[in-house]
Amino acid sequence: MSLSLSATTEARWQKILDAYPEGRKRSAVIPMLIFAQDETGIITRELMEEIARRAEVEYLQVEEVVGFYSMLRKQPLGKYHVQVCTNISCMLAGGMELWQHACQSLHLGNKQTSKDGLISIEEVECMGACSWAPAIEVNYDFHHHVTPARFDEIIAEIKGKG
Amino acid sequence: MFNQPSPHEVKILTRRFGVENSFRIDVSLAHQGYEGLKKAIAMGADAVINEVKASALRGRGGAGFPTGMKWSFIPRTSPKPKYIVCNADESEPGTCKDRLLIQNDPHSLIEGIAIAGFTMNSNKGYIYVRGEYRYLISILETAIAEAYQHNFLGKNIQGTGWDFDLHVHSGAGAYECGEESALLNSLEGKRGTPRLKPPFPATHGLYQSPTLLNNVESFCAVTHIIRDGAAEFAKHGPEKSGGTRLMCISGHVQRPGVYELPLSTTLPFLINEVAGGLRPGRTLKAVQPGGSSSPILLPEECNVGLDFDSLAKAGTMAGSGGIVVLDDTADIVSYALRIIRFYQHESCGWCIPCREGTTWLKKILERLDRGEGSMKDVDLVGELAKNMFGRTFCALGDAAAWPTGSIVKKFRGEFETKLATYQAREISAELVTIG
Ligand SMILES: Cc1cc2nc3c(=O)[nH]c(=O)nc-3n(C[C@H](O)[C@H](O)[C@H](O)COP(=O)(O)O)c2cc1C
Ligand code: SF4
Ligand code: FES
Repeated sequence: MSLSLSATTEARWQKILDAYPEGRKRSAVIPMLIFAQDETGIITRELMEEIARRAEVEYLQVEEVVGFYSMLRKQPLGKYHVQVCTNISCMLAGGMELWQHACQSLHLGNKQTSKDGLISIEEVECMGACSWAPAIEVNYDFHHHVTPARFDEIIAEIKGKG
Repeated sequence: MFNQPSPHEVKILTRRFGVENSFRIDVSLAHQGYEGLKKAIAMGADAVINEVKASALRGRGGAGFPTGMKWSFIPRTSPKPKYIVCNADESEPGTCKDRLLIQNDPHSLIEGIAIAGFTMNSNKGYIYVRGEYRYLISILETAIAEAYQHNFLGKNIQGTGWDFDLHVHSGAGAYECGEESALLNSLEGKRGTPRLKPPFPATHGLYQSPTLLNNVESFCAVTHIIRDGAAEFAKHGPEKSGGTRLMCISGHVQRPGVYELPLSTTLPFLINEVAGGLRPGRTLKAVQPGGSSSPILLPEECNVGLDFDSLAKAGTMAGSGGIVVLDDTADIVSYALRIIRFYQHESCGWCIPCREGTTWLKKILERLDRGEGSMKDVDLVGELAKNMFGRTFCALGDAAAWPTGSIVKKFRGEFETKLATYQAREISAELVTIG
């Protein structure tokens, strides 16, 4: 087995595999995929095979869910994935303009990644921050009331951290 | 980072918000945490269900189904395992309240789920959290571990002989997974497509076993209802829409935010008094009172109560409690397009009327938003929406058709103006080229 995951991901996998009744390990497939993707950045065939083995399901049963859920991906994105919401509440608060600003200032299109692999951007649906719009999420961190100027600051912070 | 509270709020579910470290169990216990569970155990299951019924609580996830009645449908004595599932998939555009409840007071949610577990004689519960709310998973897991330490979860809870385990399950991005039967498929590790109903989750839910499924806010409300009594809650709303709810107001108001308000609150009061009114010099154009799935209201239709029945009577719905306000600067054609882009993207593709209908609606609205096409296309949008409504496998199709149909019907003039403006511009551009 060449697939090796960190102890943290292994522990998360074990915890989730133990969460379901006897014979119901299939339930763990989606959480296992997303927890592993957090570490690996993408979902590979090898990863799906390993999950199929651990969750005691067919390989195809893993693959079919990967295609269904928008957060699961077979293509890598940036180390910092910047998601800009343009759904209704954000749109009314300048979310569309913010999205355009993101594309223009970073010279990237939807789901594209910068050459150094640091930043990718995506136009996303409502992320549950409607009353504090417009909102973005960088990986799993929320930012509320994001103006274009604030957006540039956030990007500068990301570049500083590397 | 979030909004300031309003003096008009009635803080029942949000009573511990703002208390330092409100997410910790010692703080929760210092503020009556888990008293509701202890009381439920002393009352017994039948009394708990009667209390929930008497509170007139209606589901806060979108459909507004009476919670006490739902609880009474679960075959509690079935020999099969019974499951409690909490819907924390919150993804209806306009809605951002479950996130706040979990972040500020995870113990009131755990307590409500435990009350349900005790009542249904269940030994297992799951909280299905949308994938994007990752930070909430660690908050919940810490809170659950604390609840185990204090024997509010685990084995022989509070000496009753009853065992109950609670787990957190992560979704991975799919609006459709908020629909209860799609959520159950997703929780079983499958694609998030809905199931044929009947049978209903009450009898054939998770792993084909009896399952009680409620929204985060519904479970939280139960905690406070059981602790303080049904009457204390019910009194804040009309007879059939009891209590307070977390109203998420967004869009063109001066103080957008999430506010806990009595269900007897009216829409004008929410906009003008709680949310600070419109921006100076602006006038109201429209309101979507129950998330992106709800039919739109014209200004003259806005003098309405925010409870479930008043909004239904006004031809729309209270839905998930997301109230989106549009002033005269809003471009309603672009707004309609943004709504349909969402539903087209989120349609699970299972049934043709929804898959094809949303795709067509998107194409036509894109054209209209560019100022192309004609008023015939506007009529076509209305026709398509009408033909979709009631013909799709799950309510997502209705949720796409209903607001869209209402927008083209009520704002026909705006479509006309947009087309006329663009076409006039094109003609003058052409004249310039010819000249
Ligand atoms: C397309 C669709 C999306 C939904 N999304 C959610 C959601 O994100 N959260 C939620 O609680 N209910 C959602 N619902 C409603 C659920 O199906 C279900 O009615 C609700 O969770 C039941 O809980 P309640 O009775 O406490 O409201 C959705 C329904 C549909 C049709
Ligand atoms: S209505 Fe839409 S979301 Fe629902 S089953 Fe049909 S295609 Fe899927
Ligand atoms: S509409 Fe952008 S967060 Fe809800």
